Amino acid sequence: MKNKKRTGQLLSAPYLVWAAIFILVPLGMVFYYGLTDKTGAFTIANVAAIMGAEHAKALWLSIGLSVVSTLICFLLAYPLAMILANMNVNQHSFIVLVFILPMWMNFLLRTLAWQTLLEKNGVLNQILGFFHLPPLNLINTPAAIILGMVYNFLPFMVLPIYNALVKIDPSVVNAARDLGANGIQTFLKITFPLTIPGIISGITMVFVPALTTFVISKLLGGSKILLIGNVIEEEFTQAGNWHLGSGLSIVLMIFIIFNMVISAIFDKNGEGSML
Amino acid sequence: MTKTGKKNAVKTTAQKIYIGLIFLFLYAPILTLILLSFNASRVRTKWGGFSFKWYVSLFGNREIMQALWNTLFIAFVASLAAAVIGTAACIAVNRMTRKKRAVVMGITNIPMLNADIVTGISLMLLFISFGFKFGLGTILLSHITFCIPYVMLCVMPRIRQVDASVYEAAMDLGASPLRAFFKVVFPDILPGVLSGYLMAFTMSLDDFIITHFTKGAGVDTLSTKIYTEVKKGIKPEMYALSTIIFLTVLLLLFLVNRPPKEKIDKQNI
Amino acid sequence: MKKELIHLLDISKSFDGELVLDELDLSIHENEFLTLLGPSGCGKTTTLRILGGFVTPDKGRVVFDGQDITTLPPNKRQLNTVFQKYALFTHMNIAENIAFGLKIKNKSQSYIEDKIKYALKLVNLEGYEKRMPDSLSGGQQQRIAIARAIVNEPKVLLLDEPLGALDLKLRQDMQYELIRLKNELGITFIYVTHDQEEALTMSDTIVVMNQGYIQQIGTPETIYNEPENAFVADFIGDSNIIDALMIEDKLVSILGMKFACVDTGFGKNKPVDVVIRPEDVELVEPGDGTIQGVVSHLIFKGVHYEMEVMANGFEWLVHSTQMFPVGTNVGIRVNPFNIQIMNKPESEDEEAAAIEE
Repeated sequence: MKNKKRTGQLLSAPYLVWAAIFILVPLGMVFYYGLTDKTGAFTIANVAAIMGAEHAKALWLSIGLSVVSTLICFLLAYPLAMILANMNVNQHSFIVLVFILPMWMNFLLRTLAWQTLLEKNGVLNQILGFFHLPPLNLINTPAAIILGMVYNFLPFMVLPIYNALVKIDPSVVNAARDLGANGIQTFLKITFPLTIPGIISGITMVFVPALTTFVISKLLGGSKILLIGNVIEEEFTQAGNWHLGSGLSIVLMIFIIFNMVISAIFDKNGEGSML
Repeated sequence: MTKTGKKNAVKTTAQKIYIGLIFLFLYAPILTLILLSFNASRVRTKWGGFSFKWYVSLFGNREIMQALWNTLFIAFVASLAAAVIGTAACIAVNRMTRKKRAVVMGITNIPMLNADIVTGISLMLLFISFGFKFGLGTILLSHITFCIPYVMLCVMPRIRQVDASVYEAAMDLGASPLRAFFKVVFPDILPGVLSGYLMAFTMSLDDFIITHFTKGAGVDTLSTKIYTEVKKGIKPEMYALSTIIFLTVLLLLFLVNRPPKEKIDKQNI
Repeated sequence: MKKELIHLLDISKSFDGELVLDELDLSIHENEFLTLLGPSGCGKTTTLRILGGFVTPDKGRVVFDGQDITTLPPNKRQLNTVFQKYALFTHMNIAENIAFGLKIKNKSQSYIEDKIKYALKLVNLEGYEKRMPDSLSGGQQQRIAIARAIVNEPKVLLLDEPLGALDLKLRQDMQYELIRLKNELGITFIYVTHDQEEALTMSDTIVVMNQGYIQQIGTPETIYNEPENAFVADFIGDSNIIDALMIEDKLVSILGMKFACVDTGFGKNKPVDVVIRPEDVELVEPGDGTIQGVVSHLIFKGVHYEMEVMANGFEWLVHSTQMFPVGTNVGIRVNPFNIQIMNKPESEDEEAAAIEE
């Protein structure tokens, strides 16, 4: 017994040390910087700075855009996941691959490619022009940022919902039919409730990166649209005010933790995982 | 019968169109980039005819080749280290009591669930405060950190599936614990370790945000190199390189997935 | 004879080009406990799914109470199913599970509550309303699945190997419970199983199936005592199935020795299969038997001894309360009534009756 315990400790030690140094301590540093000023004295000014007109505006815009793109992702992903789950493809890994494959082309380049597709004389407008439709002025607008978010994070919504759907025992659906439920009733009372863990996990996985992005807004939103991510990034790389940047990050983390708590409540058994 | 048949046909066609549109959406930028890599014009908004010249000049571009080397090196080493540490951690965590396991897994999931930007700046603050020299080393440490959760995500379910009695049976038959592990348990969890490794590799390769905050001046991965080029305009060689990477992966996947497909074809005939 | 409730008319069904049911014709009566019995892949589950409306037959019709329901979707059928792995709704508690069908039919709240109480009492799980399915044992989950189905007052209850996942003791308890339930409810049960003992215990009628064909329909006694072919004989209980020659009416040559029997009408010098149940083989003094042999195996089984006796090149399986040690010379005698003569398969569909080696 004692021996077994020692092997366990031996195996877990490297990871626990690693997690402490590279996960917990860094997070502690963010809190330390966020809650002190340059002299090292305690202050909540850095966190309270989120109330400032410009920061508040960036935060609200971030929340707005990420909520909208999460919603769009969900509306696009659910039917897609249902179709994929009904296709009877027993190559589960193939479906996952199709969605992960684009990641092998650099994320920045893929997002940049939307510039080419969306700009004034871009591909999209040329296609619209071909059908004598009015051109869309998308690039450097919030709409373009939403599109970039949906494009980048859609797989994170599809995969957990798809996994939740394929896990449903067909006989459960049959049982509902057997008990008199029609197709729509079966979906509303059985299929949909059983996929809620997947949906919640999908929402978390889309909402968090969308809320905190600074790259998509920079690449597709032009220089005028500032999201909270852009503000924080600039505090660290240009303005050099780490205390303010950390303080604003703490605000972000409050949202993230809130999100994680909700997902933990709905997904107790880790059913909504991506794989 | 024919009525429902017709309805079904309409339904499946609609479904196919829907899937088609989504995949067009997901893959249109990739097609665009591939096309741009063959564009003779240096400006991305103008089609200057078909050309291979960026593929030729790519190999003469030392900066890009260095960034490529850095990217691959980091992805390879970080995912390997993450696979080893993560697998060992999974085995250990699986033996822990329920409460302890919940705490450790909670901490583990932080880098995956937290915003990349927060992970990035937190590591940056750590490296600065403890006097790390920014460079390949700091990028590597950061990548290992965010790769481990992905490995554990893939390995954990596998470990849970492994029947503890199999391991005990092996020891009962005289194998040492280590031997029992490598002979009996490891083969069972290997697929999980491999997919975890692959996942970690992909995540490392595609990462920009965390690298952005933890790299030193003068050290670039492909991502950070592209980011600095955004304002001046992306060098077309970059398109050529990413096309090569993408098509190589596509080809590899095709080769790996081919044998079962052939079998199905034969069965249909 | 009771009134016919369901008629399956010449039902055929293929999956991926493989014929699962071939012109199956079956009639099911009111208040009958009918069991579809056969090995996996015999078409019994497909038959049940066609009845439930989850599979549409390629050919043939399903007539329910005089009405053609072949293409009627499951939710519009007056029958309910108890699924193999219970198929409880894990996101609902027990009361919500049981109420599901009633809520769909917009029954009043008080009616639903009464029904839940009644159903839980019927399956001996009173007070379980607020529990979640995951917190119940397999046997309890199965009872809930039954309760969930019967509150809808179906005319027919379809049960798809409902006891398959339970352990032996529980399975036996549930068998009695199902018989009791059926008698209390007074409805038709159609039961699918591969377990012959289950079928013999519970059924009014057993339908033995193999490779998409019905092999025999009959009461448990007929199926056991008078199997119509080698497949049925082999599938139901242990038996000695021997190639034999029908010399004339009431006389059969088994392994070269003449045995008296009671069957007639097989013709003269006709090859047949003979079935003799192991408990019907009598072991006697070597001189007194029709055939002489030597005991080659002996196992104590509790209620009886199981022996194998090598005689004229055939290993006879014998169940007897009397013990003969290995090596003993014995005579074999069989009461003429206990020799069951069967035709050898001739046509294509009879080939399914052959025992797979």
